[in-house]
Amino acid sequence: MKDMTPKTVLKAINWNRIQDDKDLEVWNRLTVNFWLPEKVPLSNDVQSWATLTPAERELTIRVFTGLTLLDTIQNTVGAPSLMPDAQTPHEEAVLSNISFMEAVHARSYSSIFSTLCSTPEVDAAFRWSEENPHLQAKAQTIVDKYRAGEDPNKRKIASVFLESFLFYSGFYLPMYWSSRAKLTNTADLIRLIIRDEAVHGYYIGYKYQRAVERLPQAEQDALKDFAFSLMFDLYDIEAKYTEELYDGIGLTEDVKKFLHYNANKALMNLGYEALFPPQVSEVNPAILAALSPDSENHDFFSGSGSSYVIGKAVATEDEDWDF
Amino acid sequence: MSGLFYFSSASGNTARFVARLGLPAARIPMRGDEMPRPTGPFVLICPTFADGQGRSAVPKPVIRFLNDPERRAHLRGVIATGNRNFGATFALAGRVISEKCGVPVLYRLELAGTDTDLARTRAGLAVFWGTECLTMA
Repeated sequence: MKDMTPKTVLKAINWNRIQDDKDLEVWNRLTVNFWLPEKVPLSNDVQSWATLTPAERELTIRVFTGLTLLDTIQNTVGAPSLMPDAQTPHEEAVLSNISFMEAVHARSYSSIFSTLCSTPEVDAAFRWSEENPHLQAKAQTIVDKYRAGEDPNKRKIASVFLESFLFYSGFYLPMYWSSRAKLTNTADLIRLIIRDEAVHGYYIGYKYQRAVERLPQAEQDALKDFAFSLMFDLYDIEAKYTEELYDGIGLTEDVKKFLHYNANKALMNLGYEALFPPQVSEVNPAILAALSPDSENHDFFSGSGSSYVIGKAVATEDEDWDF
Repeated sequence: MSGLFYFSSASGNTARFVARLGLPAARIPMRGDEMPRPTGPFVLICPTFADGQGRSAVPKPVIRFLNDPERRAHLRGVIATGNRNFGATFALAGRVISEKCGVPVLYRLELAGTDTDLARTRAGLAVFWGTECLTMA
């Protein structure tokens, strides 16, 4: 009789039958971009670390434990919670990659710690991360949305806000140090994390847009209201977290502009318009340059292209474009 | 005023930017052989999809679009979209097209652009086409 019970057919993933081209595109991008912290020569920052004041060191370690917490959540709760909602088997595979890379990110901060810091300093910062009310509040707000039974689309919104917004109060600091030629190898590692998080936020935001466009208008409107209201709640927490961390070093206002700029980008990943107006979202150019070093900064319309040179025209064939 | 052509993938950032720009623009389709054919000078708005090494920055449909000497002859400049979080490869598609086709990168913006990006692009295009007319005269 046992054989009569209906069974769910278990399906093997077929990467040669793709329902959504984005799945393959993002899978390829993420796998090509794979990295491990061992490839970054963090020990070259030992001397630079010694030039920071004790307060600057404490701030840096705290910021990194805060980032570790978010990566831990995304690795163990966030990305896995999105898998049951996946529309395609390939989306699940991409989410498993995202989940694993978050584990790599979380692991990387411990590599920084073991290279630069003393064990008591690090232990104290981990205790701090468990006791800091603002850090706990932002993490808890997100985890609440990841719970089973919550609307899958709200889970995606929370996930995009974690990936594209909540990390940035932390990412600011290594970019700031790097703009002052400090901890430059650590900044190289952080830039690898930033690059991954950008793909994650983009992909989950894309899946959100695909899911939402099928809903009736009233539900779409309700989700948009939910997204903006969650952004306001998270922003309030982030503002307090930022003040507590950065007031001492006098950088709070600068960090807040970076938060506004990234909040706008997180909303764009969901397909929405920016929330914060340009005046409060203009990021310190030194921080922007630290984010994308070596990317040429000249263009016509900004009027910054004093040394612009037009490249030589060449015959264009498919092979030339390297794909 | 001359033409605008753009490509946007399914995530739609570039399409949203172009829609808010409010200027007539033709979309390069994701697939199929029906490529729009510019009849006069135009500016291309193109997103970037580069990997960590900068490979595959220019989307394939844009490559197909530009792999035609007649179309290329009308290209005057490129506006590239991207994300600064990709570091050195930010808006790389602009640089690649600029070097391949011998046209300037007019502007770079992130994702679907901000109000500042819209204002700069509108003003920049107006000045650019003005200059272009003077040069042609």
